[in-house]
Amino acid sequence: MDFSFTDEQSMLRDTVASYLADHYSFDQRRAALKAEPNWRPDVWKAFADELGILGAAFSEEQGGLGGGATENMVVMEELGKALVVEPYLGTVVIGGGFLKHGKPAGADELIGQIIAGEAIIAFAYAEPQGRYNLSDLKTTATKSGAGYVLNGHKAVVIGAPYATHLIVTARTGGSQREAQGVSVFIVPKSAAGVTTRDYPTVDGFRASEVYFENVSVGADALVGPEGQSLPLVEQVMDEAVAATCAEACGVLRRLHEGTLEYTKQRKQFGQPISAFQVLQHRMVDMFIQLEQSISMTYMATIKLSDSDVERAKGVSAAKVQIGKACKFVGQNAIQLHGGMGMTDEMAIGHYFKRSTMIEGLFGSTDHHLARYEGLSIG
Amino acid sequence: MNLDFAPEDNAFRLEARAFIAQNYPKILRDKQDKGEALTKEDYLSWHRILAAKGWSTPSWPVELGGTGWTATQKYIWSEEQARADTITILPFGVSMLAPVLYTFGTDEQKAKFLPGIRDGLVWWCQGYSEPGAGSDLASLKTRAERVTGDDGKEYYIVNGQKTWTTLGQHADWGFFLVRTDQTAKPQSGISFLLIDMKSPGIEVRRITTLEGGHEVNDVFLDNVKVPVENRIFHENQGWTCAKALLAHERSGIAGVARSKRGLERLRQMASTEMSDQGATLLSDAFFKRKVTELEIDLTALEFTELRTLAGESSGKGPGPESSILKIKGTEIQQRLQDLALEAAGHYGAPFLGEAGHNSGVGPLHSLDTAGDYFNGRKTSIYGGSNEIQRNIIAKMVLGL
Repeated sequence: MDFSFTDEQSMLRDTVASYLADHYSFDQRRAALKAEPNWRPDVWKAFADELGILGAAFSEEQGGLGGGATENMVVMEELGKALVVEPYLGTVVIGGGFLKHGKPAGADELIGQIIAGEAIIAFAYAEPQGRYNLSDLKTTATKSGAGYVLNGHKAVVIGAPYATHLIVTARTGGSQREAQGVSVFIVPKSAAGVTTRDYPTVDGFRASEVYFENVSVGADALVGPEGQSLPLVEQVMDEAVAATCAEACGVLRRLHEGTLEYTKQRKQFGQPISAFQVLQHRMVDMFIQLEQSISMTYMATIKLSDSDVERAKGVSAAKVQIGKACKFVGQNAIQLHGGMGMTDEMAIGHYFKRSTMIEGLFGSTDHHLARYEGLSIG
Repeated sequence: MNLDFAPEDNAFRLEARAFIAQNYPKILRDKQDKGEALTKEDYLSWHRILAAKGWSTPSWPVELGGTGWTATQKYIWSEEQARADTITILPFGVSMLAPVLYTFGTDEQKAKFLPGIRDGLVWWCQGYSEPGAGSDLASLKTRAERVTGDDGKEYYIVNGQKTWTTLGQHADWGFFLVRTDQTAKPQSGISFLLIDMKSPGIEVRRITTLEGGHEVNDVFLDNVKVPVENRIFHENQGWTCAKALLAHERSGIAGVARSKRGLERLRQMASTEMSDQGATLLSDAFFKRKVTELEIDLTALEFTELRTLAGESSGKGPGPESSILKIKGTEIQQRLQDLALEAAGHYGAPFLGEAGHNSGVGPLHSLDTAGDYFNGRKTSIYGGSNEIQRNIIAKMVLGL
């Protein structure tokens, strides 16, 4: 058993942290989100060229640095601390995950483009009716000659406005909610018949409703086995959830630290409000939630390489803890900031908005409780 | 980062498992199964078997009788004991007093007292709390005055009352916090004394707890004469020992392995008990959800403990973070007891009593679930209440 980080992993953390400290202050972020193009291609370029972190989680044969899930965890936690909106999760964790495990034609080439910062991927899986059920799909991919034709509507595709490619789940067979018949495709966003309606999300990201209208793709667009790819989707989704847990740890740290700092400065009744025991115990309970979340994130990250059932249980258990912590720590951070917590000018509210969106991202607390139960004996 | 056990760790697990299977006394197993009260000899029998094997004091320095196990091996050992449902080795001597002795004691004191603790020959009890000094331990009033005896030797004359002395009815010796300077600040005038419980002037009086058991006692000290050489560390600096002891007391308190076993038992119980709908209780959506949330919280506690252990094994001692383990560990133990009582349904009601006279009533798994529940409320109170633990974290970790 070993919970330590290698020197390379610690260096990776320091590299990301120090870059973000210099280039991604709260004010810089806010200014960028208000102006076109509402994200920072310069930061993404720096991730690729200056920091070289986009390859941290890819093997050396693929042009990466030989890391994996732990590297994603390290990077995601730092991105969470700075509320980074640039699409590491969609591109490296999810896009990279499908390319590594699904091994579609041209995967290595696309991975090269990801590492170089040229390819950006968004994952179009959710549908308006499907909630968190990954196999509830109305989007269809019909065989046509050697390739397929896609039709359907994908909901709230995070990062789609900046993406060059979409990874899409679609039915090649089976009925609407059936496990059989789920396939995965990689589609250039510029493909004929793809239209998007772009909008900002409440936590500063950008997303799209994505419509596929008779979009023709070749056979090489297929990722993983035709009609049998639900396990692949679940695996990559678990990797995405584990990475999101890591991001949440960064967000939760900032929520907790910010609250400690604020209550030490804020004076009422002639003393800092941090001197009041009722607030101290609340902040201790927030701290315990944070620590438990870090523990569960380590656990989930380690279990990503375990059997399917152990992986899924570990990840869902972690997401349950993270979901509860995001609610408890987030709500109490605002409460302890009093009226200042309600303002747009203070960072704390922005961390709260992200933590609240993470609660529902890739499945709510109830969803993951039910999934965990479904995988348990008895 | 990985969770794999090394081959030597897996071999150790098998060795530990086999040792327990071959050596755990059958008479103890029978009494535990029937819910019968254990005698002093029962408690010490398993301790002595472990001592003969050299396993009664794993965490001690090797030269004093420690096993030299890694943090992982200690973790495995706690898991195997829980898996086999062995009784716990009493902590008073082995894990509370001994670290104080080998950290602060003289060579004579170590030589005199450590072997009896290690070998399970001497039963120790703790004289900390007083009627007026609970969470505010430093306000204790039991006083020790230094006198020269008729034999020309130096003694302390101790007067006062201690309370909540766990299993003090069996104790041969006790470690006591007493006030040796009435004028100093509360923490500065305290000394740490070892007292022979057979000394004239000591009276141990039973406190019956709400479930009917005899676990804790009042201890009255009336002009008890204690040789000065029974003081550990300097006069008036006993608080240093007291604090060190409390940190050790907290570090094992998460009880993860025991709670995992408890959860397994709860699942078994809820797989045979029936819901109102005639299906198993475990398939009842509401009950099942409570079990699931408990299991996930226990996993979080387990990994927090593993992180703490990893920190300890890399040289950092148990810090104030161990207060988290105390708070979450005891909350989980209490939730387990709560759910077991709920699962018992009607058969939560029959009173078992010390004689175990109702042990034929109702299913075995329901036996004394209420007693466990009532008795278990102590865990969030003892060892520094969970509110005091929050004060510790607020002050020592968060800097508030």
